[in-house]
Amino acid sequence: MAKQKIGGALQGLLVPVAVIAIWQAASALGWINPLVLPSPWAVVHKWFEYAAPLKPYNPAEGSWLAWLFSGELLMDAIGSLYRVVVGFLIGAGLALPLGLLMGSSQRVYGLMNLTVQVIRPIPPIAYIPLAILWFGLGNPPALFLISLGAFFPVLMNTIAGVRQVDSIYLRAARNLGASQRTLFVRVMLPAAVPYILSGVRIGIGTAFIVVIVAEMIAVSNGLGFRIMEAREYFWSDKIIAGMITIGLLGLAIDLGMSRLNNYMLRWHRGLES
Amino acid sequence: MSASQIVVTGVNKVFKSDEREVVALKDINLDIPDGQFVCLLGPSGCGKSTLLNAIAGFALPSSGSITTDGKLVTEPGPDRGMVFQEYALFPWMTVEQNVAFGLEIKGVGKAEIHTRVTQLLDKLGLIDFRSRFPKDLSGGMRQRVAIARVLALDSPIMLMDEPFGALDALTRRNLQDELLRIWDEFKKTIVFVTHSIEEAIYLADRIVVMTYRPGTIKRDITVTLPRLRDPADPEFNALKRELGQLVMEEQQRHHHDEMRAAAVD
Repeated sequence: MAKQKIGGALQGLLVPVAVIAIWQAASALGWINPLVLPSPWAVVHKWFEYAAPLKPYNPAEGSWLAWLFSGELLMDAIGSLYRVVVGFLIGAGLALPLGLLMGSSQRVYGLMNLTVQVIRPIPPIAYIPLAILWFGLGNPPALFLISLGAFFPVLMNTIAGVRQVDSIYLRAARNLGASQRTLFVRVMLPAAVPYILSGVRIGIGTAFIVVIVAEMIAVSNGLGFRIMEAREYFWSDKIIAGMITIGLLGLAIDLGMSRLNNYMLRWHRGLES
Repeated sequence: MSASQIVVTGVNKVFKSDEREVVALKDINLDIPDGQFVCLLGPSGCGKSTLLNAIAGFALPSSGSITTDGKLVTEPGPDRGMVFQEYALFPWMTVEQNVAFGLEIKGVGKAEIHTRVTQLLDKLGLIDFRSRFPKDLSGGMRQRVAIARVLALDSPIMLMDEPFGALDALTRRNLQDELLRIWDEFKKTIVFVTHSIEEAIYLADRIVVMTYRPGTIKRDITVTLPRLRDPADPEFNALKRELGQLVMEEQQRHHHDEMRAAAVD
């Protein structure tokens, strides 16, 4: 089992290692202009430089730990992550109750569906001008855009989740004497959890895409901002270092979500990933 | 004199769709005394499940009335616990949580729930499975949990809709014996829907044979054979032949109906 796991990981590394080797060779042989595409080695070098604290350690300025985390990369990653989390919580926090209502009440559904269907296809990015007009610069417009991106996937999946609840569970619960409230909280909600969680996963993915775009426009830190800043100076090595950080952060979030999924759906029959 | 636990009076049930009307139940009168084990027997489409659902309060009759313990049935309730063929266990709850759910709804205290659920799980051989989820149980085990869930309610009436229909023969016999033990110990009134003639004879005090569309009562038979009954017994077999004849007549009407519908298409 463990052997298979290691084998699988090695297999997964095969392609990236090959790509990086070819890339490094092409750079070393001078086939590509380092301004257009710097060598992998230069990117790694830049990444560590980006991650390292800006100033040498000075005990007078604070603790050793604070110094360790004072690097640009960590501050940027924390900034982006903060926006994703807060924006997602706002978006999902609004989508969940609305989705539960729309899924369980035909009346609310009839009232809201057309509006939702018209607004849903508008990409959050199209809201950028309005977001700046309404919220100015800084975190508020970014959070607005991110929550918008997270809102619809969670909403649509919650509606679908509540609607697909097998009527046999409702009948069984009513037979046990469940009130409307109990039915909702103890039966419909947990039965909809698999759908809701897959909505949450898509929602976080969308939030992560939107945060980078939002940072390119409205704020002055974060991974998205850093990439745009590096572009101004033609620091292509830093651009790529930032992009790789985004990729790794996204992977970490998805792995975390997958763990959460597996735990929350340990009762579920068709467990995926 | 014991009070009649379930009284069905002049019940009709009509299902209407755009093109046609189906009379599922027609003028059903049935008096089930306290503690009786009744099987509703008939081919599919004879309205036996419709009648059970009406008693449960899931689908009320179009006309006529049903009372349990003198009270008119207007909605589902924990005084009429139901065991479904599809088990209908809540998959996100463990065995223990499933059995406890009805008691929680009733507002029973935590400590008492724990004691009662433990007792029941022990009685039904489920104690080692208490923290498992339904997906990790066999069909027979799941149906035991469903029975425990209804027993926890302590309801005087137990309604069972082909509960053992999906089980293999051995598991089925096992659960039938278990059910008879439970019935004997807990003194319940049981209405049990089945299309298996042998199952009906094996279990019931009384077998109500129903007709195919419209569903009426074709024959009401009291089974006096002593329990546990032996399916190889000559009397058992005589009864089986008699009931087989009755059910087959209805099965054939069902078949004709389907042929006619196919010809129209």
